[in-house]
Amino acid sequence: MTTMETSGKGRGPVDDASSAGPRPASPDLMAMRRQDQRRKWREITLFTSPALLLFALFVVFPVISAARYSLYKWNGIKAFSEAEFIGFENYARALWGGNDPATQAAFKSAYTEPFWQAVGHNLLIIVASMAIQLPLALMIALILNRKFPGRSIVRVIIFAPYVISEVIAGVMWFIIFDPNGIATQFVNAIGLHPPEGGWFESQQWGIWTVFFIVTWKYLGLAIILFLAGLSGVSQELQEAAAIDGASWWQIQRRINIPLIGPTIRIWVFLSLIGSIQLFDMVWVLNRGGTQGQYATIATFMMQYGFFRKDVGFGSAVAVIMFIFSLLIAVGYMLTVLRRDNDNSELAR
Amino acid sequence: MAHMRRTAALAAIAASTALVLAACSGDPGDDNSPGPTGDSTEPVTLTWWHNGVAGDSGENTLGDYWQKVADDYTADHPNVTIEIEQIQNEDLQRTRIPTALQSGDAPDIFQQWGGGEMAAQAEAGYLMDLSDTLSDTVASLGGAVGPWQADGKTYGLPFQFAVEGIWYRKSLFEQAGITAEPTTMEELNAAVQKLKDADIVPIAVGAADKWPSAHWWYNFALQACSQDVIKNLGSFDFTDPCFIKAGENLEALLGTEPFQPDFTSTVAQTGATSSAGMVANGDAAMELMGQWNFFVYQGFTDGSDEAIQALLDDLDWFPMPGVGGGEGDPTAALGGGDGFSCYVDAPPECADFLAYIVSDDVQRGFAETVGGLPTNPNAADAVANPINQEIAQAASSAAYVQLWLDTDLGPNVGGALNDGIATIFGGTGGPQNPVDAMTAAAATE
Repeated sequence: MTTMETSGKGRGPVDDASSAGPRPASPDLMAMRRQDQRRKWREITLFTSPALLLFALFVVFPVISAARYSLYKWNGIKAFSEAEFIGFENYARALWGGNDPATQAAFKSAYTEPFWQAVGHNLLIIVASMAIQLPLALMIALILNRKFPGRSIVRVIIFAPYVISEVIAGVMWFIIFDPNGIATQFVNAIGLHPPEGGWFESQQWGIWTVFFIVTWKYLGLAIILFLAGLSGVSQELQEAAAIDGASWWQIQRRINIPLIGPTIRIWVFLSLIGSIQLFDMVWVLNRGGTQGQYATIATFMMQYGFFRKDVGFGSAVAVIMFIFSLLIAVGYMLTVLRRDNDNSELAR
Repeated sequence: MAHMRRTAALAAIAASTALVLAACSGDPGDDNSPGPTGDSTEPVTLTWWHNGVAGDSGENTLGDYWQKVADDYTADHPNVTIEIEQIQNEDLQRTRIPTALQSGDAPDIFQQWGGGEMAAQAEAGYLMDLSDTLSDTVASLGGAVGPWQADGKTYGLPFQFAVEGIWYRKSLFEQAGITAEPTTMEELNAAVQKLKDADIVPIAVGAADKWPSAHWWYNFALQACSQDVIKNLGSFDFTDPCFIKAGENLEALLGTEPFQPDFTSTVAQTGATSSAGMVANGDAAMELMGQWNFFVYQGFTDGSDEAIQALLDDLDWFPMPGVGGGEGDPTAALGGGDGFSCYVDAPPECADFLAYIVSDDVQRGFAETVGGLPTNPNAADAVANPINQEIAQAASSAAYVQLWLDTDLGPNVGGALNDGIATIFGGTGGPQNPVDAMTAAAATE
């Protein structure tokens, strides 16, 4: 064993234990240690404070402001100091129609139903992403996980939709799915007809048209992520299994998929958060439909909070969305991702 | 080596500091020096936000005209500088102006559409009261100023006001064998049937944008409701059965299937498949729209004078036909316009400039150069286009002109109204929906 190996895991010159045993700590050494600690903390503060400051200013402060505005009845036009404090009435109106029996029925149909309808659309996109995008992306990644001529070009083509801005993609698909657009012409050519009312305006199929577009946009990301994970799987493992007589599918199912488990779990997390916050695409696609056929919580918040100048209500919806995302994110990290975090700590 | 690393680090810090400072520096045009005594020799800067932006073809007649107006004014008043910002209409109304007023850093003179939204701005104390300083101008504009007044005070002046009606293609009417403009709903239904028989889309509506379809309901409400009820919309009392009647008449119209297929997916103004595009390209015969369609249709031609003239020669206009049996005056008309307001802290020169904008010569130039419908009665003779003359005629002979209902009701109740009407067009709601939506929104005010 060399001196370097006996000197511990490289935690710094001061803590190294030499093979002669621990040295007694002299006063000079203690002072040096304190100075080093202080300098270390100064460096940490100096380098993280700009980022922390921006985070506090642009993330923490708006969240706290939104929580504050949500407790008031405010139209966003007059000064906030003149807004009326109404406590949790905005939340009540969004969640169950408010606490005032005189207006509850009216508020239920005007605000609560569209709100829960939007939440339902978000949940549908979450579930459909897991049920459709995940297997599809996995299959494609497994199939593409080999060297073949033109592999890079195929990867570029797959990843290209993800790179296009959401607004441009949305405008493009809005034109494609116009009632007289090429989607209709294509579907007519094969003998079918588009949904009643239009691709987007259909009460049943509007949300699925939007899901199709979202899948088109984000499937590439999933495939590239899984391919990256698969490239980390040792080739020898797969070859050994093949020699032992495993079929292609058995290799995928028993070796590749489990080994890219962490990658899949990270993607699921990103997909969850993205599905909850889905806004740009839906907004560009005619703001969620003339009757909220595919509205999401975020578009509901913009429509009612900003355009109707009901800023307190919009802020309440924003805070509800924040809590919803937080619960899902923390819950997911504590349960599903814990296994990955524990594993990586053990490996140190 | 360490020396080079340090130099590189310092350079990086300097560069990023420069970037941060550049990003944080405000718009130099935001500063204006308020002249407290209105001294005519003190230099004054006015910031002006208006919605005259270039169209698809790159032409910007309105924007260019406003620039000329500003130049003429500053030539006469050398101490005044006017800084103009041209902002797209929706951005201006929904985002830029509300956030500017909220932040306290508002432009001196800005676009104003009147109605409930203006009343809210006035109540919040953002607008300059023009009732005394411009009392003569206000009086000279007559009844058109109504929507720009709140609580008996005038907070803005309109430079353009027109009523809406049904635009149609003369050649398509001829093709279908329609010889006279419909004046009643029965005649309109008959015309619709003739057009359907001739395989022409009778009426185009941009229901995807919600407000074009809502205008059908507004017109029915205007016919069904008495003038008192309409004038009293600000009280947010929608218990009068006339509002249900309006919805029933709308359902009757929808029952005759006069619109293009999948009309809730059609937008109003963008692209050849929009309702405006359909009429401009001869794919649909009629469209209920305001006076601005004069410009929107032109945008669908190739921009040459011959093409524009050919289109205008084939266009005509008639007022919304009456259903009959309502409590409203059959000659009442729905309309709206544009104006400008002065910010409460703007210098007094702002009011002076506003009066200049609606003065006789400027309004006449507006009618001639831009082709809009001026509010100043002294400029009425400058309106050359025959359709505009018809529209102006309908406006002046109307018993009264009511502002677009969603503008009048304000963004909250007006937005709710439009959503309620959208359910009728989408087939998922009935005449009760708009009333319920408005009542619920009013309860949150």
